[in-house]
Amino acid sequence: MRYNEPSDLEVRVISQRFDLPNSTSIDTYLANEGYVAIRKALGMTAEAIIEELKVSSLRGRGGAGFPTGMKWSFVPRNSGKPTYIICNSDESEPGTCKDRLLMENDPHQLIEGMLIAGWTIKSNKGYIFIRGEYRYLIEIVDRAIAEAYERGYLGQNILGSGWDFDLYTHTGAGAYECGEESALLESLEGKRGVPRLKPPFPAVVGAFQSPTILNNTETYSSVPVIFRNGGAWFAGLGTPKNGGTRLMCISGHVNKPGVYELPMGFPMMRLINEVCGGMRNGKKLKAVIPGGSSAPVLTAAECENLPLDFDSLAKLKSMAGSGGLVVLDEDTDIVAVALRTIKFYAHESCGWCIPCREGTTWLKKLLTRFHEGGGTERDIDTIGELASNMLGRTFCALGDAAAMPTTGFITKFRSEFEEYLKKSQGRVQPAPELINV
Amino acid sequence: MTFSPELEARFAKMLQSYPPGRTRSAVVPMLLYGQDEVGYVSQELVEEVARRCGVTPLQVDEVIGYYSMLHRARLGKYHVQVCTNIACQALGGEQLYEHASRTLGLGNKDVSPDGLISLEEVECMGACSWAPAIQINYDFHHLVTPERFDRLMESLRDGSYGRKAS
Repeated sequence: MRYNEPSDLEVRVISQRFDLPNSTSIDTYLANEGYVAIRKALGMTAEAIIEELKVSSLRGRGGAGFPTGMKWSFVPRNSGKPTYIICNSDESEPGTCKDRLLMENDPHQLIEGMLIAGWTIKSNKGYIFIRGEYRYLIEIVDRAIAEAYERGYLGQNILGSGWDFDLYTHTGAGAYECGEESALLESLEGKRGVPRLKPPFPAVVGAFQSPTILNNTETYSSVPVIFRNGGAWFAGLGTPKNGGTRLMCISGHVNKPGVYELPMGFPMMRLINEVCGGMRNGKKLKAVIPGGSSAPVLTAAECENLPLDFDSLAKLKSMAGSGGLVVLDEDTDIVAVALRTIKFYAHESCGWCIPCREGTTWLKKLLTRFHEGGGTERDIDTIGELASNMLGRTFCALGDAAAMPTTGFITKFRSEFEEYLKKSQGRVQPAPELINV
Repeated sequence: MTFSPELEARFAKMLQSYPPGRTRSAVVPMLLYGQDEVGYVSQELVEEVARRCGVTPLQVDEVIGYYSMLHRARLGKYHVQVCTNIACQALGGEQLYEHASRTLGLGNKDVSPDGLISLEEVECMGACSWAPAIQINYDFHHLVTPERFDRLMESLRDGSYGRKAS
């Protein structure tokens, strides 16, 4: 089911079946263009499939926005090793709640997307890595997988092609870090989810040390429609190099928060004012965290005339990330948001790389003291310095994901930090563990 | 150690789902599903998972501390998880957690003396657009006000709590 009313401004492409009765059943899927794309793809060569994906300009919906066609093209064929198709359904980026809906409402669309990936590299096995908290979705996806086996869309000699493909779900057990692709692969092997040194990338050395296509739930779910309607059609929905639509998850201080499917490049202020019914209680917009909590915050001024696509947000040194937008009004305490953000990363840092493990912990301590009214002028710069020393110095992006938003908060909202200082003047009490910073 | 027939069937299928020689992959799922039935990750469960996956108990033990859903001590029959991450924070998630802590008389990860309820402040659970959100065991509850929270807790106590997510 959907948990919010749809908007008339939505362009329903990958969510087109969400409101159908029994939308998870294979019969509903088949009656609504389901498994048409895999039939087409089975008549295509790997090169043609990848070319079609490149034309579609589909980019990874998990956060990095890497072109999907290019990612698939990196997988060596004829390596002599088995190959794997992995779906990252470990949705945990704060602000993001879309993969949940894709699995809950249209699991066959995801399965079909993974089938097309499997056929492209002639893989025989795939896994859907679902975060542990999403137990009810494992039940839904398992039922869909069983139906697909019964009807010959999974298993041996799929649709008479002579090609076999098995698909399984795999549960996580609570770890944001497992959404990082190499940590996910470690976790899938039954280990602690710590990241691997890259290169080699998963395309070459991935699951079980073999070539692997690893994409986000929404990315795979976007694949079938590309093969039904054509890559050019899909590309035309969005902006240049940002094809298609995406499920945008809006939370925070708007009248109608929700998950809405909108074309890439949809204007931020129309999203807030028209799709989401404007700001709550007539308050003014202060800031938006535009792509999950890893994305540096945008000021209200930056949101004006801003198309929501990967490149436009990168120009502002932020990112479209996972499509989770947290909208904050004028009453928001930015220091409190910065603190809650860094608490999260400190909790989720896996401890593998020292700059991340120590950096997030120190940032948490500094921001905690600041929030409690014990900050000093020097702390603001120390926070910035610590964050910049984490950037690019870790195996995976978690360190960056903690440092970038922190830098964003203190540079764009420095005056709010300074206000805190004024309020706390004369009662500066350095926490004991911070005395010798 | 034996589990319910349903879980035994799940485990049998699970062990066959990974490539040959890769049964270690089942360690984390087996621990989580096993915990659901046993109530916590007991030493007996660790050794059983190790035996079934063909790894040493140490290899099982070392992953437990990493995953926040795996618990070495028994949780309440109903594990109440309140999200306070930024989307929930914006709409009162922190106040909701404080309300929960105060009214239940429980700190973070505490269990009530009768073993019925445990409380945990958790990270983003993927319900941001319907914040503030909580999970009771695996059930999602969206748009939770303090009043609604109290009613949910009452239903846990009087046994009327249903399986239906809202």
